[in-house]
Amino acid sequence: MTTAVLLEWVIKSAIILFVLVTAVAYLTFLERKVMSWIQLRIGPNRVGPWGLLQPLADGVKMIFKEDIIPTEANRWLYVIAPAISLIPALMTFIVIPYGSVVHVPILDRDVALRVTSMNIGLLYIFALTSLGVYGLVLAGWASNNKYSLLGGLRSSAQMISYELAFGISIVSVLLYTGTLDLSVIVGQQSGRFGVLGWNFFKVPLFLVFIVYYIASLAECNRTPFDLPEAESELVAGYHTEYSSMKFVMFQMAEYINLITASSIAVTLFFGGYIGPKVNYYPWLGLVYFALKVLVLILLAMWIRFTLPRFRYDQLMRFGWKFLLPAAIVNVIITATVVLFWPPQHP
Amino acid sequence: MTNYVPVLIVLVLAVGLAAVLIIVSRLLGKNRPTPEKLAVYECGVEPVGTARERQSVKFYLVAMVFLLFDIEAIFLVPWAVVFPNVLRDNAALKLVFYGEMMLFMVVLFIGLVYVWRKGILEWNR
Amino acid sequence: MEKVLFIVLAVLAIGTALNVIFQRNPLYSALSLIGTLASLSALYLTLHAQFIAAIQIVVYAGAIMVLFLFVIMLLNVPKTQPVVEKHKALGFLAIPFAGAMIAEAFYVLKTLADKKITPAFAIDTTDRAVGTTWSVGYSLFTQYLLPFEVTSVLILMAVVGAMVLARREGD
Repeated sequence: MTTAVLLEWVIKSAIILFVLVTAVAYLTFLERKVMSWIQLRIGPNRVGPWGLLQPLADGVKMIFKEDIIPTEANRWLYVIAPAISLIPALMTFIVIPYGSVVHVPILDRDVALRVTSMNIGLLYIFALTSLGVYGLVLAGWASNNKYSLLGGLRSSAQMISYELAFGISIVSVLLYTGTLDLSVIVGQQSGRFGVLGWNFFKVPLFLVFIVYYIASLAECNRTPFDLPEAESELVAGYHTEYSSMKFVMFQMAEYINLITASSIAVTLFFGGYIGPKVNYYPWLGLVYFALKVLVLILLAMWIRFTLPRFRYDQLMRFGWKFLLPAAIVNVIITATVVLFWPPQHP
Repeated sequence: MTNYVPVLIVLVLAVGLAAVLIIVSRLLGKNRPTPEKLAVYECGVEPVGTARERQSVKFYLVAMVFLLFDIEAIFLVPWAVVFPNVLRDNAALKLVFYGEMMLFMVVLFIGLVYVWRKGILEWNR
Repeated sequence: MEKVLFIVLAVLAIGTALNVIFQRNPLYSALSLIGTLASLSALYLTLHAQFIAAIQIVVYAGAIMVLFLFVIMLLNVPKTQPVVEKHKALGFLAIPFAGAMIAEAFYVLKTLADKKITPAFAIDTTDRAVGTTWSVGYSLFTQYLLPFEVTSVLILMAVVGAMVLARREGD
């Protein structure tokens, strides 16, 4: 392990964090724009051309807002709770490959477009997602507010319920790939057949994708599963008492989780960075990856502005009585299909 | 093992970013607290009682059932990783691997059905 | 390098574990325990047991501790006075038990050191080495098949037990 390698990791990780934070800022903008288009409105258009500087203005505004810590709150937990929810979200992305190997002219050497590859890559993601619960539940408890506590408990119960369907649907994909390493999983989806090589088009896996996608929306607390912050009953759920940058940190964690969940879906089901001519122009991989992720995020937004929110008992019933059995049945179907037609890749 | 060093790096960076965000708003934001502003939000009226009350046992039950099925999911992972490799390398074992996991899942499905019949999954009861 | 890492992680694990015991607020105790589990997971990583390290986080930190937190929050026990003050005799019982535990730990370490046990597999970082998902899975489903299937029955029993405990009042 030389200094150069170490430096490469530090730079790549820093770039990833920067890109994630910037992407979050623009996703809030995109979300408002998409919402207004769907609702036949114009949306933010005053700050900069087409309102493009709106996220910047919002950011500056949020920084200068007053940072309130309620007197009744448990100060220490109240301050670190948003950090606990943001840190795992930021850490997940390092195992996701967003391109193959490119030649960088300035450095005059080849650089792999991923921070690292692990032989337990998917489990690493799974482990960090399972830690995401703490930020919400601690925020709810530390605020010492009835809405916050209920919101925190609800959201953690929701997240752990849908985590099962999330994890078990990934198992079905593993039955095709036989590895947890995301770089290898992407590599297996390239081949002569182009798009047909994607895992999405393997026989039972499109059903798995549907279960995965619904579960990941619930994991990210997106509508129709945004019960934790159901305005009409819980004000703002676990972050009712939060203001200023601490509030922003919860928002960031939520959007980063959406980006990560979409990226994992792209990597597992839609061939990751693979696309036409990617072997000749490796930089194209980045473009393909970003576009595919964007499509999934737009789908999530479309769903958000189309469907009403679940009631809490409906949510739990759906998660435990439909999604979980569906995920288990998917594993059984996939195992049976794989038994008779084993996957061919090396 | 060196593949895991980036985890440490990104942990340090993420903690740093979180700390900067918290400190920046502390320094730059204005700070004019009043007792009303710092009171617990309860739709604008005086807070009634305390938030630290006992909550429904259902949350506990859900966490319990989750824990048990989470362990099941964890057992599925190594099996799912080994199974395609066994299919390729060791055809004699493939039915054994298939059968034993089906048995495992049947037993756990019984567990799910039991929980279902007991009405634990009904939130509005 | 390995040694420094081990010492840092070990100190972290023991420090947080001590905090679990000495902390008066049950919530802080639970949070310290998460710290202990995380440092143990990192220790597993230094031993090249990546799968176990990930499982440690997923199951212990991600599931069992959530249950603990739920119990603490749902019951909302106010700041505890230590149980020892209520049951003085238990405090005296603790000393011989702790002594026995420490003696046992030393005995195990001593016998292991005498036997000079060598690992069954050569430790390396390739995909099929000991401690990886593949090796854990393969031995679990061949050599240790019976314990694995018994585990499923055990989990089923735990499900039934949890339901019985939580729904004592007739319904």
